[in-house]
Parts: sequence; C-alpha cells; structure tokens
Amino acid sequence: MANINIEYFAILREHVGRNKEAVQTNAGTAAELFDELSRRYDFPNVGNMKVAINDEFEEWDSKLADGDSVVFIPPVAGG
Amino acid sequence: MSRFEFSRAELNLEACRARISSPSAGAYVSFEGWVRDHNEGQKVLRLEYEAYEALGVKEGEKIVVEALSRFGAGAALCIHSLGALEIGELAVWVGVSSPHRDEAFAACRYIIDEVKHRVPIWKKEHYVDGDSGWVNCERCAAPENAADG
Repeated sequence: MANINIEYFAILREHVGRNKEAVQTNAGTAAELFDELSRRYDFPNVGNMKVAINDEFEEWDSKLADGDSVVFIPPVAGG
Repeated sequence: MSRFEFSRAELNLEACRARISSPSAGAYVSFEGWVRDHNEGQKVLRLEYEAYEALGVKEGEKIVVEALSRFGAGAALCIHSLGALEIGELAVWVGVSSPHRDEAFAACRYIIDEVKHRVPIWKKEHYVDGDSGWVNCERCAAPENAADG
C-alpha cells in the first residue's frame, strides 16, 4: 500500500467536495489511481485529462511511489 | 525575476511594463485578455479563474523562455489573474520587449497561445440565466472559442 496525497481542482474539486485528501492505495500507476478514484467518486466525463506527479506533468503509466502528490488535470481554459 | 505569475489583485500595467523595459528595446508588444460578456451563445455575468499554481508557474515560465529563445525577443512577462472577475476586467496580460517589432509580435502571440493550452488554469463562467459551467469541461464537444484572450 502506498500513501498518496491528492489535490483536486476546478470541476473535480467541486465534484468531490474537497480540495485534497490522502489515500492509501494499491494502484501502481497514475492511471490505476485515477480509475480507482473515478469509481469511488463517479468522476464526470470531461474529455482529455492529464496528470501531474509531484508538481510535474507525467505520463498516465508513470509508477507511483509512497508519499507522491498527484493532481488530475481536466481540460484547461486560461486566457 | 519570474517571467510568469498569478495575481489576485488588480494589475498595475505601468509597473508590469517597467519590468521588461530595456535600453536595447526598440519595440514593445502587449496583449490583454478581457472578460467578455458572452461565450458560445450564452450571456456571461462574471467568471472565476482557478489554477494549480505550483505547476502553473513552472509551465508558464517554460513557455516564456521558449518564446524568447525561439523568436530571439529581448524580455517577456505574463501575468494571469485568479479569482472572481467582472466583465471587462483583465484576465491575462502578456508583454514583450525587443530590439525590433517582428520578434516581439511573434513571441507575444506564442506566449498567449501556449498559455491557453498548457498552463493548468480553469475558468468557471456564471451566466445571466443563473447557470454556470467550467469552460472546456462541461461542454466537451463544443469547439474552443477562438476570439477571446
């Protein structure tokens, strides 16, 4: 089991109802963690999501390590 | 000094401009993105910007550095507003100074285009009819609006 810190923004923050949480998970990759939480919270389908680990963009198949911080990034709309 | 920042306060544009002024610059190009009163057929009352700031400042800085090296511009700065904004308020400001205008125009255009696509910023629009929505998230099939900042 790994302890992962998750931060939620925008549509996911509103959907989950909190800014952040710590989860214990057996998910080995960012994609597996997303699937696990998506099942738990029934995430809205927002199209092409990205993921960041420890404040860097990473691939969905990136391995997770104990203590990592993960952010799921819905489609952006700056400007 | 950083080249990309978020701001929750009203920007002092004279101070922003001063940060990129240089005796070697013969050209200055700026872009202002303003909050518009409509989007995709809906009347917009106001909006809110939210950002993943820790990653956003890194990605924004990367974009400005790319623009400077790609086009050979002298100096550039981009500041994006966060929080609640009213119609007409400044959402984003980009400034580029350079010895000549061509590279300043090109770098300014590059910065605003890349910031819109790459920096983790989200925009929630509140509509006149009482509805609200996260742009690009809740109407995925709609084409991205092309005219705004």
